Amino acid sequence: MYKYDQYDQAMVDTRVAEFRDQVNRRLEGHITEDQFKPLRLQNGLYLQLHAYMLRVAVPYGTLSSAQMHMLADIADKYDRGYGHFTTRQNIQYNWIRLEDAPDILADLATVEMHAIQTSGNCIRNISSDQYAGAAADEVIDPRPYAELLRQWSSFHPEFLALPRKFKIAVIASDTDRAAMKLHDIGIRMVRNDAGEIGTQFYVGGGMGRTPMIAPLIRDFVPLDQFVTYSEACLRVYNRHGRRDNKYKARIKILVHELGAEEYKRQVEEEFAHLQGQGIEPPLAELERIKACFQDPAFEAGAPDEVDASDPDFVLWTDRNCHPHKQPGYISATISLKPVGGIPGDASADQMRLMADLAKEYSFDECRVTHAQNIVLPHVRKADLYTLWRKLDEAGLGTPNLDRIGDIIACPGLDYCSLANARSIPVAQKISERFAAQEKQDALGELKLKISGCINACGHHHAGHIGILGVDRKGVENYQLLLGGCEGEDTSLGKITGPGFDEDGIVDAVEKAADVYLREKQEGERFLDTYRRIGIDPFKEALYG
Amino acid sequence: MKILTGNNLKTGAVVWWDGQSWSIHVEDAVDVGDRADDIISAEEAARRVVGAYAIDGEKDAQGVRPAHIKDRIRALGPTVRPDLTLKPADPEAGNWVI
Ligand code: SF4
Repeated sequence: MYKYDQYDQAMVDTRVAEFRDQVNRRLEGHITEDQFKPLRLQNGLYLQLHAYMLRVAVPYGTLSSAQMHMLADIADKYDRGYGHFTTRQNIQYNWIRLEDAPDILADLATVEMHAIQTSGNCIRNISSDQYAGAAADEVIDPRPYAELLRQWSSFHPEFLALPRKFKIAVIASDTDRAAMKLHDIGIRMVRNDAGEIGTQFYVGGGMGRTPMIAPLIRDFVPLDQFVTYSEACLRVYNRHGRRDNKYKARIKILVHELGAEEYKRQVEEEFAHLQGQGIEPPLAELERIKACFQDPAFEAGAPDEVDASDPDFVLWTDRNCHPHKQPGYISATISLKPVGGIPGDASADQMRLMADLAKEYSFDECRVTHAQNIVLPHVRKADLYTLWRKLDEAGLGTPNLDRIGDIIACPGLDYCSLANARSIPVAQKISERFAAQEKQDALGELKLKISGCINACGHHHAGHIGILGVDRKGVENYQLLLGGCEGEDTSLGKITGPGFDEDGIVDAVEKAADVYLREKQEGERFLDTYRRIGIDPFKEALYG
Repeated sequence: MKILTGNNLKTGAVVWWDGQSWSIHVEDAVDVGDRADDIISAEEAARRVVGAYAIDGEKDAQGVRPAHIKDRIRALGPTVRPDLTLKPADPEAGNWVI
C-alpha cells in the first residue's frame, strides 16, 4: 500500500489545522455561512437531512487494517456506530457535529487519511478496480498510476475551480469492474502489439441527469506521458466547460457538444503544447510510489485446492470469490448486503472485524468496491474456509455478489437532502422478496441499482434493472429502467414507462424477472435476454 | 400554517422554531405567519441555526406535522433506522411520516 512521505503528511496536517481555524471562526461569528460553506465542502463536510455528513476519501478504494480500524473508531466516537460505503469507494458518516469535524480530520490524518476534494468542483477521489494488484486478468497493477494521479490532482492549482466536479477511474483489465466509461475520464491500461504498456483515454462519460458513455479519445498514451495527457484533457475542459449552466457544466456535455473528434483535436493540440514543459512527474517519484505496491510475500506453492465439504461455503466461494494472479490465493468479497439490510452500511464492530480479518488473512489490506462491498484481496485458499466461518458467524457471509440481492442503493430520502424518494426501503423490500436462494440462483447475474434522484449516485442508469426515485406531487414514485450495464459493454438503461409506488416497484421488478425466466435461453444472463428480445415483452408484462 | 426548520449550527441537529428558541421536537413548532424571513435572519445572524427555511405544516391531534415527506423524515429520523429516531422505543412513532 502507499505510504505517505513527509510532503503528503505535511499537506494533510496543515489542512487539518487550517480547517480547525475555519471552524472556530465560523462558530465565533467571524465568517458567515456563505463564506464557510465552500470551506467545509472542500473538507468533505455537507449539511444533510439530519446533521452534518462527512465524506472521507478512500483512494482507489484501498484501506489498511489500521485505517479500517480508525473508520470504526470514528463511527463510535463521533457518529452513531456505523458508516456508509459509497459507490465512489468512499465512506460517509451521517451524524457529524461541526464542532467535532476538526478532531475527526486530525484522527484520520494519523492513519494517512483525509476528506480533501471529496466535494466541490475539483478532481475527486480516483477510483479503480477493487481487485487491482490481485486480479489474474490485469496487464499491470493500476494503483501506482492511480496514486500518481491522486498526487497530481491534490491541490492542483489549475483544477480546484473546475466548471463542475470531475471523476477519474483507472483500470488495467479488459473486464471493467469500475464503471470506467461512466467517468469524466476513464483510463484503461493496455499492452500494445509491441508489448509496451500504455493507457487508453475514454473522456466524457457520466451518469446524472444526462447520462453519457465516454467515447475513446486516444487508444494509446505512453506511460511516461499519461499525466500530461490527463492535464491536456482537463485544460480543454477547464477552458470551454459551461460555467454558465450547472446542468451543462460536466465534461460529458462539452465532449458531446463539441463532438469527440473536435474535443480530441483540441486535447492533442494542448498535449503537444504541454510536452516538454515538465508536467510529467519525475520517474523517480513513480518508482518511489511503485515500491509501495510491491506484491505481498505470497507463499510459493500455497495449496490451490479449496475444501469443498461444506455446501454453504462452496456456494459463498462460488459467488463471492475472484481468481487471483498468484496460485494458491483468491480475492474474497464481503457482501454488505444481507437480506433486508441497508446496502453499504457497516457497523463499527463489523468494520473492526473486517479490519482484523484483513490483517490476519489478506496481508493487512482491504478494498471498498463501487458496488458498496468490501474485498479482502489476497486470501490464501487454505485459509478461506476459516475466514468464511468467521464472516458467516458475524452475519457477513451473504453469498450474493452480483446477484439480485447485491443491490447498489444511494442513501436516498432517508439521509440525503437532494433526494426525491427513499432508496433504501425499496432495496430492502426487493432483497426480501428475492431472499430465497433458489430464486437468486435461477436469476443468476442480475445487477440492480437504485438512486433516490436524478443525480444517479446509485448508478440506476447502469443497472441491468435500474430504479429511479422521483417526486410526484410530494409522493414518492419509482421509475423502472432496464438494460443498463457498467462493464466493458457499457449501456444505459431505458425507462419502461409510467412509474410505480413503493410496493408497486417491487412487484414490477418481480414481473421483469419473470419475463427473463420465461424467455431466457441457455447461458443467457438477464441482460443478454433483454438485449436479445428488447423492452417490449417487459412492457407488456408490466403494463399490458 | 408556516413553520420554521433548520439545523443547529454546532451539532447539525434538526430543529424547529418554537416561538422563543429552537426545539428538536416538531410538535413544538409554531405558526410564524409572515415573519419567517425576519426570524431566520435574526437567528442565523445569532448563529443559533444554519440552513433555516420555512415550510408548510399542519396541526392535528398529535401536534404539528410538516406537509412534505422530506421534512417529516427530518422531523423523526431515517425511516430505515427506527433505533436512531427521536422516539426509538415507540414502534408507532413513525406512522405519520410516510
Ligand atoms: S442520487 Fe440523489 S438522493 Fe441519491 S445520494 Fe445522490 S443526490 Fe442523494
